[in-house]
Amino acid sequence: MKLNVLDVTLRDGSHSVRHSFTVEQVRAAAKGLNASGVPYFEVSHGDGLGGSSLQYGLSKTDELKLIEAAVSECTTSQVSVLLLPGIGTKEDLQSAASLGVKMARIATHVTEADIGAQHIELARSLGLKTVGFLMMSHMAPVEKIVEQAKLFESYGAEIVYVTDSAGAMLPKDVTERISALRQALQCEIGFHAHNNLSMALANTIAAIKAGATYVDGSMRALGAGAGNTQTEVMAAVLERLGYETGIDLYNLIDTANDVIAPLMQQPQEITGSSLILGYAGVYSSFLLHAQNAAEQFGIDERDILMKVGEMKAVGGQEDLIYEVAQNLASKREVVP
Amino acid sequence: MYKIERSPYLEMSVMIGIDPDSDGLKRAAKRGYKTISNGIDGLMDQLDLVDIVYDATSAYAHKRHSELLTAANKKVIDLTPAAIGPFTVPPVNLREHIDQPNVNMVTCGGQATIPIIHAIHRVVPVDYAEIVATIASKSAGPGTRANIDEFTRTTAKAIEMVGGAKKGKAIIILNPAEPPIIMRDAIHVLVEEQGHEEAISKSIHEMVATVQKYVPGYQLKSEPIFDGNKVSVFIEVNGAADYLPAYAGNLDIMTAAAVQVGNEMALHLQQKEGVL
Repeated sequence: MKLNVLDVTLRDGSHSVRHSFTVEQVRAAAKGLNASGVPYFEVSHGDGLGGSSLQYGLSKTDELKLIEAAVSECTTSQVSVLLLPGIGTKEDLQSAASLGVKMARIATHVTEADIGAQHIELARSLGLKTVGFLMMSHMAPVEKIVEQAKLFESYGAEIVYVTDSAGAMLPKDVTERISALRQALQCEIGFHAHNNLSMALANTIAAIKAGATYVDGSMRALGAGAGNTQTEVMAAVLERLGYETGIDLYNLIDTANDVIAPLMQQPQEITGSSLILGYAGVYSSFLLHAQNAAEQFGIDERDILMKVGEMKAVGGQEDLIYEVAQNLASKREVVP
Repeated sequence: MYKIERSPYLEMSVMIGIDPDSDGLKRAAKRGYKTISNGIDGLMDQLDLVDIVYDATSAYAHKRHSELLTAANKKVIDLTPAAIGPFTVPPVNLREHIDQPNVNMVTCGGQATIPIIHAIHRVVPVDYAEIVATIASKSAGPGTRANIDEFTRTTAKAIEMVGGAKKGKAIIILNPAEPPIIMRDAIHVLVEEQGHEEAISKSIHEMVATVQKYVPGYQLKSEPIFDGNKVSVFIEVNGAADYLPAYAGNLDIMTAAAVQVGNEMALHLQQKEGVL
């Protein structure tokens, strides 16, 4: 059975390197991914097109320059972009499309699919392979995900993703959600994992078994929080399980070793705090912001993440981290 | 409607909708106001009922409404993101555009954040200002949802034109948590020159007090955070719960700001008439 692997190193990995990718790094990674036969890979700011901001981190290099460099290295691979309505706009998508991007993934919080209708329609009209991406899927019950996925499909999405942005799901949660979507939808289904509870690959396999045909990975797992499913490991495991991915394993491992490993700013491991992301169900890209805030206010970053989880923060609410940190610090001051 | 009832200068006259069964029309009728249920066409037949029209439909519908009403010499206060008329944020430029036929109220995020950007800018020039508005999903109507880019585009433009920032950016996030979250806004700016922390804080606190005069639930969530030439300010907007519950501070600050503009317009019209 054929599976489509989509590598997000140059998008989700942007969080992990604090949005500092350079044209040279992107060019080298794109060249490797293309040579390895990875069918799709994504290039954008970690928070999608237009994500460069004080709230999420400014891009060192304009993402359109990075996208252009990636596209120029592709002979068989196709470049995808991520767009979060409310952050990026239709103009951003048009600019990316004019550079030769072939896929657009429109991402909303799992309950807010309708804010992406116009963007999905635009992506289709631009001739892009169009994906609806339901973030923080762990926060909604199965019926709600089905309802929202159907909305995406009705706007024209060709693939709907269940996205475990907080790395909070266990394999049974994944099986439940993907199976329900498989029954309810005509279009294809994808799955995007984070490894905060060390479940990324197990969850990805559960998703495939339940009917997902698009699966995300990241070289060296480079991504927000504890990172994503490690693409090269996933490629090897899927081959062992008898799935066809079209990926040249050695080439991909070489790219991970020679291009990605040297640019990593910290080991992509499950630290105490990334574990807490998964445990408390917090958006993975909050991790480095919580570390900064913890340092600035002299408090435990785990306390910040637990509190943010209690407050049911959704993706993009990074500002809450600083406010929570300041409040925790001031509370501590009044206690003798 | 409830806010207009409390205004010393405005008189509530007629509520216009397109659905005779809508809650808004029913409430207006119950309070003894005239109602029109066939939209702008119904109003055009009875234009002498009004001097000032508040339009909270959609950017698309507003274009036609504005053309018809301004041609008939009626003042229009635009609460959609159409932005045909100049932007007005009361504590910054309340009187600047008062004689214009159509003024635009930017967006809820703009009304909540541009006063703060201006408060910083009047101390030190602002190179860049960015706002992140987080609102309860329940408080975002179908118009906002379908045209979310208009929010970011219009707000960013007004951050520059009214707030004074050389470059502006706006982000909006919908949070579906139950019970619904209260509207909150993060404002991050880069100022031309470091320091001036005391003066900036003082200016921000003064501005918060000014906004509180017409939106009592407007408050700082924490002290401004300074980091080099970056200033971050976090605010929360509790609504007055006139119609929608208190969490919908985003709608409250829009309507409260629009009433401020209506008051000024009414005064201005009365003065003009007085001269004649």
